[in-house]
Amino acid sequence: MTHIDGPEQVRARLEETGYLVDEGLAVACFLALRLHRPLFCEGDAGVGKTALASALAEALDAPLIRLQCHEGIDASQALYDWDFPRQLLHLRAAEAAGITDADRLEGELYDRRFLIARPLLRALETHPSVLLVDEIDRADDEFEAFLLELLSEFSVTIPELGTLRAEQPPVVVLTSNRTREVHDALKRRCLYHWFDHPGFARELAIVRRRLPGVSARLAEQVTALVQALRGEDLLKPPGVAETIDWAQALDALGATEVDAELAVATLGSVLKYREDAERARGLDLAAVLAVRGA
Amino acid sequence: MLAADAALLGFARALRAAGVDASTERLHAFLSAVDLLRPEVRADVYWAGRLTLCGGRDDLERYERVFAAYFGSGSPATEAVRATPQPRLRLVVRDAHTGGHHEGDRQGPPAAALASPAEVLRHRDVAELDAVEREQVRRLLAAFALRGEARRSARRRPARRGQVDPHRTVRELLRRGGEPARLLRHARAERPRRVVLLVDVSGSMAPYADALLRFAHAAARGTHTEVFTIGTRLTHVTRELSQRDPDLAMAALAAAVPDWRGGTRLGELLREFLNRWGQRGLARGAVVVLLSDGWERGDPALLADQMRRLHRLAHRVIWANPRKARSGYAPVAGGMAAALPSVDAFVEGHSVAALERLAAVVKGADDA
Repeated sequence: MTHIDGPEQVRARLEETGYLVDEGLAVACFLALRLHRPLFCEGDAGVGKTALASALAEALDAPLIRLQCHEGIDASQALYDWDFPRQLLHLRAAEAAGITDADRLEGELYDRRFLIARPLLRALETHPSVLLVDEIDRADDEFEAFLLELLSEFSVTIPELGTLRAEQPPVVVLTSNRTREVHDALKRRCLYHWFDHPGFARELAIVRRRLPGVSARLAEQVTALVQALRGEDLLKPPGVAETIDWAQALDALGATEVDAELAVATLGSVLKYREDAERARGLDLAAVLAVRGA
Repeated sequence: MLAADAALLGFARALRAAGVDASTERLHAFLSAVDLLRPEVRADVYWAGRLTLCGGRDDLERYERVFAAYFGSGSPATEAVRATPQPRLRLVVRDAHTGGHHEGDRQGPPAAALASPAEVLRHRDVAELDAVEREQVRRLLAAFALRGEARRSARRRPARRGQVDPHRTVRELLRRGGEPARLLRHARAERPRRVVLLVDVSGSMAPYADALLRFAHAAARGTHTEVFTIGTRLTHVTRELSQRDPDLAMAALAAAVPDWRGGTRLGELLREFLNRWGQRGLARGAVVVLLSDGWERGDPALLADQMRRLHRLAHRVIWANPRKARSGYAPVAGGMAAALPSVDAFVEGHSVAALERLAAVVKGADDA
């Protein structure tokens, strides 16, 4: 990992990968790198929390290791597990070869080669690396406590092997959709960043960056429409991801610009609730387009 | 250098006074962050503080305000260092109607007169108790624990039957030097479902609010329960209720909830709950309990819509209405009538016995 001097440099690096950041997020990433603190990202779905981790990995030229959290996730799924079939096979082979030295056999069985590293252990062992702990709010509090321990020490103790310590801590990005409040103790270890929906100019820049082949006018119109939709009281306001999807869908249809009719026909790429789609149909999309269309 | 640090510490103190939990560990991170950035640049200090000292979205607005006050004009504004609101020691329920003319309304089994005083109390309407009785009810309520219906979780635990557990089997096998051993099994563990309580604290619920919130406090202890109050605003109060001592919890609650005894627009607040919390997952597969009299000042059609939405998300929707026990009560008032089609169980909520019944329904007993 090459040395990074300041937030500006982080921003430039991320921009090279196509991920545009504002000042706050640039500072956040810089501090996460330099203070070795996990970055806790909260915000609506589709605002680019997960994408940040992949962009960071690309910018740092480090592998991205992803841990998707879910209810009931435990250490054997997140940290490590022993490879039982291979252990047994080894035992049988030893038996066939007539080896009866029990101590030696046992020592061999708990050898590093029989250990399956799950994402967390992989992240500790790979350096540099970016560890994405996605949707931590879905895991149970026991797992949170376990993660807290791991993130404060960047080391793990395996009873049969001893303590493994990260040579250099991985860059850690945690995301949460706020389905429940994550415990304070965990947050205290982290830098906290709230992701807002981007403003028009930045969102347009993101779309242009991600979809260079799409006509400039189409990108601008779609961004304007999504920004207008976000102002409405929708069940699920569209995220940046949806803006990109929509522009891509329209482009696939061969459109270089969009009118109200075409927008309504393709609303399914942006709005995922029947109620929202109905509401959008009732809006004067042509007016939004007219303002931007001049 | 020292002067600069002092200014930063003063800022952190002001933040703490405004209610942001800027602990020592956060403060340490703040100072190291400023060190890495340019301490003389306002934006750098702003972001360093925001990233390290805040712990949630609710903190951001306070942070904004205190930062502007502290660094805005160049000199620390004194008004920023506003003391935290004095916590009231206890929520006192105003006796709306303590007169004896409610005798006929008192609910309870016919044998109530023969039962012990505590037994009688269990069936009395909490709105009609005197101070001593209310104290006893508080003690009764303190014994509650609300656990949701069991659901299968992804986790497994050792069991007699079920799939073979490779971990334990192999461990056992290795212990015996590879000799075939007993097959050890495991089964999916069961966990209680999440319970979400929405407690109405509007004016019409005032006689019940104290008892219901104490019930919520007892219910939230140690189990997977989230509590919100609905009045003129929606307030997430799980954290306030995590205090073990009921009186301290009630004091914290009094400080956190700004809208005692206002009017209520259930439909709008339910929508806010669903948008901000419910749909993201809090209500998904949970047992959601509304403790309200269903007195809707807003549009009943909106409430009906939102209740349908809630019903699609939640495992079960239970409505506990303290007024249900009154003789002559029928759920015809706009809000309640609109909500009922989307309610799985409609129960009473006026006495300790009714709340016990509610707890049983939450646990999965047949509805009332």
